[in-house]
Amino acid sequence: MAVDDVSFALERGQLVGLLGPNGAGKTTTVSLITGLLTPDRGQILIDGQPLAGDTHPAKRRIGLVPQDLALYEELSARANLRFFGALYQLSGKVLDEAIRSALTLVGLVDRERDLVKTFSGGMKRRLNLAAGLLHDPDILLLDEPTVGVDPQSRNAIFENLETLKQQGKALLYTTHYMEEAERLADRIVVIDHGRVIADDTLAGLRALAPAAPGMPVSLESLFLSMTGRSLRD
Amino acid sequence: MLIPIVAMVRKDLQIFLSDRRAVIMSFVAPIAIASFFGSLFSGSNDRQPARIPVAIVDQDRSAVSKAILANAQGDKNLRITTPTADEARDGVRRGSITVAVMLPSGFGDASGRAFFAGRERPEVTMWYDPSHAVELGLVRGVLTEHAMQAVSSQMFSGEAGRRLVDETLKNLDQSGMPPAQRMLLKELLTAVRGLNAKADAAGGTGGPAGFSMPYTVHEEAVTSGSNVAYNGYAHSFAGMGIQFLLFAAIDLGIGILVERQRGLWKRLRSAPVSRVSILGAKAASGTLLALMSLLVSFGFAMVVFKVRIQGSVIGFLAVAIACAIMASTFGLLIASIGKTPNATRGVAILSVLMMVMLGGAWVPTFVFPGWMQRVTVVVPARWAVDGLDAMTWRGLGFSEAVMPVVVLLGFAALFSTLTLARFRWDER
Repeated sequence: MAVDDVSFALERGQLVGLLGPNGAGKTTTVSLITGLLTPDRGQILIDGQPLAGDTHPAKRRIGLVPQDLALYEELSARANLRFFGALYQLSGKVLDEAIRSALTLVGLVDRERDLVKTFSGGMKRRLNLAAGLLHDPDILLLDEPTVGVDPQSRNAIFENLETLKQQGKALLYTTHYMEEAERLADRIVVIDHGRVIADDTLAGLRALAPAAPGMPVSLESLFLSMTGRSLRD
Repeated sequence: MLIPIVAMVRKDLQIFLSDRRAVIMSFVAPIAIASFFGSLFSGSNDRQPARIPVAIVDQDRSAVSKAILANAQGDKNLRITTPTADEARDGVRRGSITVAVMLPSGFGDASGRAFFAGRERPEVTMWYDPSHAVELGLVRGVLTEHAMQAVSSQMFSGEAGRRLVDETLKNLDQSGMPPAQRMLLKELLTAVRGLNAKADAAGGTGGPAGFSMPYTVHEEAVTSGSNVAYNGYAHSFAGMGIQFLLFAAIDLGIGILVERQRGLWKRLRSAPVSRVSILGAKAASGTLLALMSLLVSFGFAMVVFKVRIQGSVIGFLAVAIACAIMASTFGLLIASIGKTPNATRGVAILSVLMMVMLGGAWVPTFVFPGWMQRVTVVVPARWAVDGLDAMTWRGLGFSEAVMPVVVLLGFAALFSTLTLARFRWDER
């Protein structure tokens, strides 16, 4: 099912959790926003301006943290970041400063010269996040950024995201882990079969479902009630 | 747009150089294989060519057969042994002997009679190894020369020949030969007998010597100059250089598919970089790596095997650069057609092997059938090898590099166009 009718807004300093079962259209939506896919119709607006074309200047305002560990394992952490920064026209001292800042945020400064293939899964995930931050984007798209990491690294990533939110970044976060959305998201958008079926705060979503006194409904229960219990492969 | 392009090229070079084993293989493999082929096909003057193992089974043991054996033993093309018939046949079957020749009993007399009077010719048996059919032709020609020399020499001046002259003259009237022809042969044989008699009177010298080759041969390999010997390594390094250049192109194409599989392409595509810049950077890094591989191979050949650019140095560099551009765009085409790295690798290797085989990188194209020689002009590897040959051992000028360069760049343009038309840009 391709995305058919998805419309939502992302505000500065806000983290929106994009939830949906397998095949709902989460990754396709992220791909459309970043220009990896070209929509048949509809548009992506950034500050009211439509995003169009591979080299549109507004693409510089978007940072992508893909679901895959999109890193060159044969290169050092620093060499990876030098390359990804250069894609956004960063060079010289500006690039050096951006690398230092990103590595500091994710706690990998002391490993910058090590090859990525020597990193643990959690370190790679943090470096994956750093690569999306180098050019100081206003909008950060995170596609399941904590898949396969240990609790410590996951917690570190959460703290990084909180920091970014405080800096005024707009974050779009896709995940299958409901507790992550509960902890991080200011607003939750649920899509299924390519359509938005819910778009509200966690409290707003909870208000939609009856619950026992003193026992708030879990996000997972809400999610299952909205998307059904049939398996999605 | 220059910063991202330079970064993409530098990153590809860094990744290539970071894998020491791959680097060594990229440079060592073409050098090793080209050295091997070069040693096989080198026409270096200081080396004797391999002699063809030939067995002669002399069941006649006449003066004629002994003379043939002696002549053959002195031939630089043949390595003669004299086993029994069974041993000779067995040797051919086992592959230790290429051709075995059996001269039957009575060969000397029968060949003499056939020589003068056209009587029934003796049958010489040749057993040969069918996997060496080309050598059979050479051995047949060489032995024909030695046999004609030996038989004619014996017939004109040898003891058996004198006996046969007398015998033929005596029986000529009963031969059934047309009268005019019979008269001419009688005059010839009478003259031969007279010459032999004079030679006997002079102490055995001055008689007719028999047939010999009616000319001598001056052999000259046409290379870049009259004093410049052919260096077979020049061709083998050109052929193997092109082969590994195209293997590097496969790595380029597969590398793009791997980047896509690992999600790296998403980062590239999400950045504000144009499609032309992305493919252009890939083509540039592929060209640099291919050129490096080719130049290192030729550098080795120049230092170790004394290969020289006897023609235009600028022409050589132009052909080398055109080869590298063609190879890198071929790599992009592989990436645009392929779906997964594993599924693509096998097909790509097969297509490259076909290309270099038809391009004359393994064996010279003149061994191909005529139709295939004409068809292979559509194979870029052929233009690449011909262009490098022209600038190295053939010693031709820059003008001879122009056509290969134009054609190779034409192939590069074709591959680029197909790549742009077929490349999958959408990422999920």
